[in-house]
Amino acid sequence: MAISKRKRAMYTRYAVYAISIAALVAMVLFVDWGKLSNAMFRWNIVKEQFPDIFTKAAKNTVIFTILGFAGGLSLGLIFALMRLSTIRPYRWLAATYIEIFRGIPLVVTLLILGFGIPIATGWQWPNAYMQGAVPLALVASAYMAETIRAGIEAVPKGQMEAARSLGMSYPRAMGTIVIPQALRIIVPPLTNEFVLLIKDTSLISVLGVTDATKDLARFGRDGVNSTANATPLMVAGLVYLAMTLPLTQLVAWMERRAKAAGK
Amino acid sequence: MSDQTVFIDDYVVSISELNKSFGANHVLRGIDLEVQRGEVVCIIGPSGSGKSTLLRCVNMLEKPSSGRIVVLGRELTHIDCDIDEARTKIGMVFQQFNLFPHMTALENVCIAQRKVLKRNSAVAEDIGRSLLQRVGLGEKADAYPGQLSGGQQQRVAIARALAMNPDVMLFDEATSALDPELVGEVLQVMRSLADDGMTMLVVTHEMGFASNVASRVVFMDGGVIVEQGPPSQVISAPREERTRTFLANVLNH
Repeated sequence: MAISKRKRAMYTRYAVYAISIAALVAMVLFVDWGKLSNAMFRWNIVKEQFPDIFTKAAKNTVIFTILGFAGGLSLGLIFALMRLSTIRPYRWLAATYIEIFRGIPLVVTLLILGFGIPIATGWQWPNAYMQGAVPLALVASAYMAETIRAGIEAVPKGQMEAARSLGMSYPRAMGTIVIPQALRIIVPPLTNEFVLLIKDTSLISVLGVTDATKDLARFGRDGVNSTANATPLMVAGLVYLAMTLPLTQLVAWMERRAKAAGK
Repeated sequence: MSDQTVFIDDYVVSISELNKSFGANHVLRGIDLEVQRGEVVCIIGPSGSGKSTLLRCVNMLEKPSSGRIVVLGRELTHIDCDIDEARTKIGMVFQQFNLFPHMTALENVCIAQRKVLKRNSAVAEDIGRSLLQRVGLGEKADAYPGQLSGGQQQRVAIARALAMNPDVMLFDEATSALDPELVGEVLQVMRSLADDGMTMLVVTHEMGFASNVASRVVFMDGGVIVEQGPPSQVISAPREERTRTFLANVLNH
């Protein structure tokens, strides 16, 4: 059949639009919305979630995220610097740490550190926040170390040389010249890391939590158990989105701006 | 300092038996070079001849494989030498300027004064402004490197090095990355430094500058010094065949 490439592209485009609209219409017409909202979005249950979902659950999610991020960032910086060291044992140690914590699922690390270590040593975690946040921070630091290292390596070598030629020691040159420039480069990926952490805190509840240290996901799950309805999980999902969407938009904006500045 | 040898003589820079290899690549093959106070030594030669590596060894940005480097009486190649302290007296200007892009011109000139020499901010700023004035950029103190032309950036870089009150300045192809019309303003600053009696080691492709400003020209090829002497000899009447070939290539293209 003799049909030109541009015509074919045009017809394909029309077809995709037509199929999308048809699918949307079918969904509106054939899904039993009453049944669905009855099972997943009942207003009276939605209302019951407040204010505890903010004052307890979301608060705990934020606390776990911030502890995990702060710990991960400081440890990650140390491991990044070790990875870049000229001293080989430092490099080996950091590389081993990073591979181990990136290679094991967070749930397994949480269980090993949260339960395994206390059982093996008799030592107890001082509180439930530490029990959840420390394993989270250790795993986060492994990912962040690689992000930070990439950022430091993206700063031209001449910057370090210029700083050293002015008599700055290596740590001083790193601290005043290289790391401030690296930070600008890694703010977008670190923000992504923060979003991942918000979501990863939902795994902490495998450690078993008290009413006071419940995070958003656990709060939603417990709500499902007590109401025999999926609404609490839907609400929890929306609260997660309220936290993560602004951040992912921020990253997109920062990346657009960086791209524009690079031109 | 402990048992570190201190040499008392007229030489600002004294290099002996210097060798440098990168893996199997033997870049410097037994360099001996002395620079006296107030001398302007221009190092010329084909690319890959080792001239930049030699210059970078003088402040230990490259670690020599063997040999001895003494600058201002300090033996830099000695294990006890505090290299950071020694570098404050050795200014360096790079081909790519290497200004700190997150700081203004003035901050570039002040940062090491404050962090390394521990001058207070007001003093550092006074010195910084007068040095920017000296390189003709008094108006640009608050500009970021990205807002400056290559020639202006390189002049800020010279001011930044001078802020440490160095006794010797190293120029590593300081004009090679510049658009042709910006070369002159940088050479002019370098020339005024030479006129003020600064000891300078200059790796350059600018034969005009070498002829007019150098007190001595060193021609390098294949990791060795082939010949050296006043520009009237090395550039105008070279004795070595390799020097003649190089100059013919540089001057007649």
